Amino acid sequence: MPRSIIQIAGHIIDSLILPKVLDLIIKLGAEFEILDIQIGHRRADRSYARIQVDAATQELLERVLAKIKEHGALPVEAEAESVELQPAATDGIFPDHFYATTNLPTWVRVKEQWIEVEGAEMDCGIRVDPETTRAECVPIHRSKQGDLVVVGHRGVKILPMERRVPREAFEFMSSSVSTEQPKGLLIREIAEAMKKTREENGRILVVAGPGLVHTGASRHLVDLIERDYVQILFAGNGLAVHDIETALYGTSLGVYLDKTMRASEGHEHHLWAINAVRKAGSIRQAVEQGLIRRGIFYSCVKKGVDFVLAGSIRDDGPLPDVITDTLKAQDLMRDKVRDVRFALMMATTLHAIATGNLLPATVKTVCVDINPAVVTKLTDRGTFQAMGLVTDVEPFLRELSQYLNPAENATEQA
Amino acid sequence: MRLLMCSPDYYGIEYEINPWMNRGRPADARLAREQWNRLHRFLREELAAEVETIAPAPGLPDMVFTANAGLAWNGKFIVSNFRPEVRRGEAAHYEAWFSDHGFDIVRLPEECYFEGEGDLLKCGDTWFAGYHTRSDILSHQKVAEIIEQEILSLELTNDWFYHLDTCFCPLSFGQAMFYPPAFDSYARKVLENHIPDLIPVSAQEAARFACNAVVVGSKIAMNDGCLKLRKKLESAGFTLLETPLGEFIKAGGSAKCLVLNIG
Repeated sequence: MPRSIIQIAGHIIDSLILPKVLDLIIKLGAEFEILDIQIGHRRADRSYARIQVDAATQELLERVLAKIKEHGALPVEAEAESVELQPAATDGIFPDHFYATTNLPTWVRVKEQWIEVEGAEMDCGIRVDPETTRAECVPIHRSKQGDLVVVGHRGVKILPMERRVPREAFEFMSSSVSTEQPKGLLIREIAEAMKKTREENGRILVVAGPGLVHTGASRHLVDLIERDYVQILFAGNGLAVHDIETALYGTSLGVYLDKTMRASEGHEHHLWAINAVRKAGSIRQAVEQGLIRRGIFYSCVKKGVDFVLAGSIRDDGPLPDVITDTLKAQDLMRDKVRDVRFALMMATTLHAIATGNLLPATVKTVCVDINPAVVTKLTDRGTFQAMGLVTDVEPFLRELSQYLNPAENATEQA
Repeated sequence: MRLLMCSPDYYGIEYEINPWMNRGRPADARLAREQWNRLHRFLREELAAEVETIAPAPGLPDMVFTANAGLAWNGKFIVSNFRPEVRRGEAAHYEAWFSDHGFDIVRLPEECYFEGEGDLLKCGDTWFAGYHTRSDILSHQKVAEIIEQEILSLELTNDWFYHLDTCFCPLSFGQAMFYPPAFDSYARKVLENHIPDLIPVSAQEAARFACNAVVVGSKIAMNDGCLKLRKKLESAGFTLLETPLGEFIKAGGSAKCLVLNIG
């Protein structure tokens, strides 16, 4: 939300100028918070107030600032400084001492106005186009010669998250990781947040590792996909391979999911699955040809859920859909997370951290893993908004799916 | 009381910077001179004020309105930063006069518009200042720091009453006349909170510049034609001395605009 800090000084109490300015902010449709107020002790002493003004749009903020300026309320001086911009000398290299971004909502001061930096992402630079007064986060490898990049910290402001997340929503959001948390409550909270996201037409991203298939949790994820709780799926080769292995042979890494026993020569199943999909051309083609008739990726294709499979050095195959150029995969993931509002990461370290790096802090993020170190790693790398849940993914997804299933809820209530 | 006036040698309606001014309705120079002389005499003889004069300057027709020169207070003279460009030439003349008369000259930052006593009047212990039309509220803060006094800023909302001294007139401690529609609701509340005896002036009398009066003790000099107010003021113990100032009202000024209190 566009924001400015203003100050007002003088005999602002007795002259009713302070209440007038505050009334004006509200009347014009913005909000305020008094950050600091000092009242003069004697009549001649002046009083002082520092006020934060929040408006829904930059235009409204400018209108409010212009109006209250007439009554002596001015942006604090430090805020009025513009950013320093330097051109990138060559493609893929930023100027020295470029401003390295956080994943928080960020504004830069250009041509005497605050503009929001598009595509908030950590560890990038900020490219500014003064002509169009647009600013965007750009990773180093995407910068082009001549790009004007923000250098230093002057004229940059970031919004702390706690002011943006309403208290009542996602009350449990915290990065604390414990195996001793009351999981039922947390899972219900996650389900409510997902419902709300969908009610507001927000997109939900699921990032998942193959453990999800091994533990037999696939059917719950399928359930979420069928109920429109997944709009995009990020994974590696493994999840897709074992999901398709299950679809074709009923095993995951050679183990029957419904019999808790190994299949004879079962270790070959996943390689045969890879081979079959390679023969079909792609996962989509394998579904369309009737080769794959169930599972996560079957539902993704049928429901039109977008997926990005990013490769890694240990992959078998890989499947033809796997992007093996990591920068290409990263760029595609970067583009796909743009309008994601909720991210659910399950049973994956590599892809959770990779995705966490791309997400703005405004995206509600839940990380579920049996290993507490995964959530710790994710938050240590800057995705501080992530809420961690240490549990096996199957019971988690089963319970989440129940909360999101109106029929089962109705039965429960009955 | 010492007052400063400027004779109307070069006075005339040469531009339009407020709704009263109309170049198609010029001032009668001879009549203006007579009206000014009569006020000058009144102030000295009837109100027993000591009246100084500053030499008028050609090309500065509004210099006759000395109230807008600045603020003289405790040996300091805070010189005005006029909002209308056509009046900015007056400042150097006032500055020179006050400097010659032993005042310390104080200038405000260029971006702060301030039009002297036109927008700054003292009632009791409190200064009231008008803003929005001519003076800026930021100039009030600066002046308050310089004179180390409390200044309460009042928003003026009617272009016809563009200076505070056209719609507000302190009479004595805790007593003043004012024209309520010239102020916004917050300003009216501030006046009510700080001045226990507020005498409202009717629209007709406000348009006769009833509030633009010179008050010395219990005597008040103002433009003629304010019958109702006369009764109110006389019953409050004041003596009202009316003197016609119609030629100056054509430029949006009357008795108070023609004088500056210099202590």
